[in-house]
Amino acid sequence: MSKISRDEVAHLAGLARLAVTEAELDTFAGQLDVILESVARVGEVAADDIPPTSHAVPVTNVFRPDEVRPSLPRDQVLAGAPAAEQERFRVPRILNQEG
Amino acid sequence: MTTTASGGSGLTGLTAAELAEKLQSGATSAVEVTQAHLDRISAAEPAVHAFLHVAADEALAAARAADEDRAAGRAASPLAGVPLALKDVLTTTDMPTTCGSRMLQDWVAPYDSTVVRKLRDAGVVVLGKTNMDEFAMGSSTENSAYGPTHNPWSTDRIPGGSGGGSAAALAAFEAPLAIGTDTGGSIRQPGAVTGTVGVKPTYGGVSRYGLVAFSSSLDQPGPCARTVLDAALLHEVIGGHDERDSTSIAQPVPPVVAAAREGASGDLRGVRVGVVRELAGEGYQPGVQASFDAAVAQLTGLGAEVVEVSCPNFDYALGAYYLIAPSECSSNLARFDAMRYGLREGDDGARSAEEVMSLTRESGFGPEVKRRIMLGTYALSSGYYDAYYGQAQKVRTLISRDFSAAFQQVDVLVSPTTPTTAFRIGERVDDPMSMYLADLCTIPSNLAGNAAMSVPCGLSADDGLPVGLQIMAPAMADDRLYRVGAAYEAARDAADGGALINRVPQLEVAQ
Amino acid sequence: MTATAEIMDYEQVLDRFDPVLGLEVHVELSTRTKMFCGCGNEFGAEPNTRTCPVCLGLPGSLPVVNGKAVESAIRIGLALNCQVADWCRFARKNYFYPDMPKNFQTSQYDEPIVFDGYLDVVLDDGETFRVEIERAHMEEDTGKSLHVGGSTGRIHGAEHSLLDYNRAGVPLIEIVTKPITGAGARAPEVARAYVAALRDLLRALDVSDVRMDQGSLRCDANVSLSPRGSGVFGTRTETKNVNSLRSVERAVRFEMQRHAAVLTEGGEIRQETRHFDESTGSTAAGRPKETSEDYRYFPEPDLVPIAPSRDWVTELGGTLPELPWERRKRVQDQWGLSDEELRDLVNAGALDLVAETVDAGASSGEARSWWVAYLAQQANTRGVELAELAITPKQVARVVELVGQGQLTNKLARQVVDGVLDGDGEPDEVIAARGLEVVSDDTQLQAAIDEALAAQPDVVDKIRDGKVQAAGAIVGAVMKATKGQADAKRVRELVLAACGQ
Ligand SMILES: [Mg+2]
Ligand SMILES: [Zn+2]
Repeated sequence: MSKISRDEVAHLAGLARLAVTEAELDTFAGQLDVILESVARVGEVAADDIPPTSHAVPVTNVFRPDEVRPSLPRDQVLAGAPAAEQERFRVPRILNQEG
Repeated sequence: MTTTASGGSGLTGLTAAELAEKLQSGATSAVEVTQAHLDRISAAEPAVHAFLHVAADEALAAARAADEDRAAGRAASPLAGVPLALKDVLTTTDMPTTCGSRMLQDWVAPYDSTVVRKLRDAGVVVLGKTNMDEFAMGSSTENSAYGPTHNPWSTDRIPGGSGGGSAAALAAFEAPLAIGTDTGGSIRQPGAVTGTVGVKPTYGGVSRYGLVAFSSSLDQPGPCARTVLDAALLHEVIGGHDERDSTSIAQPVPPVVAAAREGASGDLRGVRVGVVRELAGEGYQPGVQASFDAAVAQLTGLGAEVVEVSCPNFDYALGAYYLIAPSECSSNLARFDAMRYGLREGDDGARSAEEVMSLTRESGFGPEVKRRIMLGTYALSSGYYDAYYGQAQKVRTLISRDFSAAFQQVDVLVSPTTPTTAFRIGERVDDPMSMYLADLCTIPSNLAGNAAMSVPCGLSADDGLPVGLQIMAPAMADDRLYRVGAAYEAARDAADGGALINRVPQLEVAQ
Repeated sequence: MTATAEIMDYEQVLDRFDPVLGLEVHVELSTRTKMFCGCGNEFGAEPNTRTCPVCLGLPGSLPVVNGKAVESAIRIGLALNCQVADWCRFARKNYFYPDMPKNFQTSQYDEPIVFDGYLDVVLDDGETFRVEIERAHMEEDTGKSLHVGGSTGRIHGAEHSLLDYNRAGVPLIEIVTKPITGAGARAPEVARAYVAALRDLLRALDVSDVRMDQGSLRCDANVSLSPRGSGVFGTRTETKNVNSLRSVERAVRFEMQRHAAVLTEGGEIRQETRHFDESTGSTAAGRPKETSEDYRYFPEPDLVPIAPSRDWVTELGGTLPELPWERRKRVQDQWGLSDEELRDLVNAGALDLVAETVDAGASSGEARSWWVAYLAQQANTRGVELAELAITPKQVARVVELVGQGQLTNKLARQVVDGVLDGDGEPDEVIAARGLEVVSDDTQLQAAIDEALAAQPDVVDKIRDGKVQAAGAIVGAVMKATKGQADAKRVRELVLAACGQ
């Protein structure tokens, strides 16, 4: 039985900003299913009293002094830009308003 | 017209340590050494395709500078003038950094990665950038947007991945040293299947600054070489604390060169070696298992005390890895959005930024990258986080505990590096799960952050292809890997009557 | 699209509903560098000249936390009576937007650095309202977009946009209140007073420029209505883009009225982001998103956890300056002010200025009188904030001192102050340059007095008859003749003496 639906794959693709094709929806649905079924075993072992590990090295409090370092020269900043205008990165019109 | 030519002859046949000695004595020059390797690259590349970019002019300029420094009595380091192949995932200001992806075709970073800066400071000559699975996702280098790399031992086989280019460059004698990055085994697994040495240092031992991130909590750059000593020499050049990487460990590099030299004497008395029970059995190729068993017997012969150790949670490592790595990658790769650098597709003046982002990401990423982004997006989604990402992080805790318990009993752990030898190109591309199994043995060390090495341990009796012995040590005890690895390597070479790598078949190369 | 929303009469709103507020304030810290890189943190630099691989989110770059920003966060927390976390992490908030270079914001999620505090806010009538603080956390700002084409640089109808990442990565502290209930009719005022109090606090801590006009202090106002007495929270809207204290008040009031109108007509409030329009005083819905929000938070693997030691927190506690409410209390006691006098001082934004003037040697009465009267009037005519006037408390104190010494009359003193405001230098320099010294030389005065006595013989007779109050007319004439530079008291003495009194 399929755990992950085509619609769900389409939703994920939207979140991930991937314009997937119809054919890919099916392929991914099938493959993600197989992978998820296999990895879901992680649920078998770990109980509530086990703390999660996000960082392999137990280091804390790594801070930088508040001292200015040189920024990149602007021509280097914009050198890799697909498009630039008025010393800024030029991008297509933005639809969604976001804060 | 083609003819056979040995890569292992002349300057290209020497180890980095040997080259360093000849450079030191004035028997050769960095320019001569560099030119010899550039020539070898020209000859071998049509068959191997280890490189995505060869920087001949820059390499020769660096070699000249190294020669001048040496002549002036100020050689930058023991490796000054020695050439190296760099995985195309570390940024360089004088060469493109593509990560094997169309998304970054021709992109030149405005800054050098810390590893590259250290290499340049040490006078190491960077020959070029090596092929890899796109954004380091894969175990075969077949996921490169620029075509696969071929294993010099058998060119219809994969060279491992993601760092197949770096490993193949070593095995094809195109470079004596290479840099790889290891997230789930991307240094060690290619090392194993190409008969070369690969080390994943302790997480935090080598700076990640300028390493294009795949999975930030697992990624670790490390040395690749044809001998354990060469790897150690490179390890000391690239290791050490970096204030630009918050996860970098503020301690000196473990004394890996001294350990490698000590180990080469071949005495392992007093060293306790644990064989991991869970990394054997079903799914392990008989020839691989046999080579591994023989290596363990040799370690015993060197005086090591060998015991079996159980790490029960290693069975869950693969699952945890394939949740954590895709989750982090889904976030790390979000920056490739066609706005500031790299590929932009579909910008026809009518489409919105959102549409251009989606179209570019769809066409710029290959199928494996997209699959992992989707998987990671799923695992982090509200409603699934606890069951997947959260659980995977708990498994990570359990695996670290297994290691801690094991290292109470033994100094190092050993296992085969990979369950099988190099498989055929194309054999597993349509079956992601079978591809993922290639990293079964290497992943636990990434999850726990400890140090691990793959050192060649003979050829598999069933297919004649190289097998890797994996050695694992606690965090910041990287020197133990080198001591045991060098001792084993010396014993193996003595028993075989020569280095394993010299048994690599001669390539059909263009003259 | 722009149909004006129906709104309900404010009184009626309160008859039917109880407002519930939630305020999220973003503060840009005034650190020298950005949150995670060494680029300069400055407002108004040339586009894309304060950027580097880290704040541009270039492949391979890694963040390193600005220690000063963490200090500021903890100090803000302590000033807001918050708990400081023993251990906390940064998290990644994942969403795509062109002004965010990594397409995730490095922020804090379920482990804020400080939490559970409160801020006591003084309302216009002097009453105190306690606003509970949920949390304050650290994060980074985004870049700025310039929308080209279409009308007036707005996002709608733009043909393309231009991005400047100088602001990307500037340290932000986001301060979030718990739901504010019980404010009733005063909810809009509470919202404004809270932001004002927070602004004063942050200014006293010297952690931010707190310029709402420049965006270094930004407020998002969440508003919902609960049917009176039901205790059931309604659906909330989040109004962004509220760029002044007055707008905070207006936006809350407008949303209350709009919600009430919708709900009363049987409609439903959509949970959405709205934008405040200063010109109309109304809010409008943003364009609905293509995909629902799912930020997929997870702990930031590139940064290690923060575990502030108790010693460090105690040390930072020791660096807190006198906080605004402490200062108000002290000043009120020391200067013997009524609640009303104190409130006027606070509302005029004059408290700190007066206190500093007193510190510089003036009496509190003189100092207050200068700032709330003449200088407040000057600020008004010049269209600037009182604190932005080109005169320092020290200069005001000097003028007060000169008046006290009899070297300036009040009228002259105002001319001296005008000179300072015009940029002519220190009070003493203005006096010298404009010749504003009091004429105290009796022989010089005597001539003017003789002239005035001669001109008004009838008044002289009255004074001689003992009607000394008539002397005022002569004094006035002398003052006029000396262009106000005479010491009126001395003139009076001389006039009376001349008339045998
Ligand atoms: Mg926020
Ligand atoms: Zn920067």
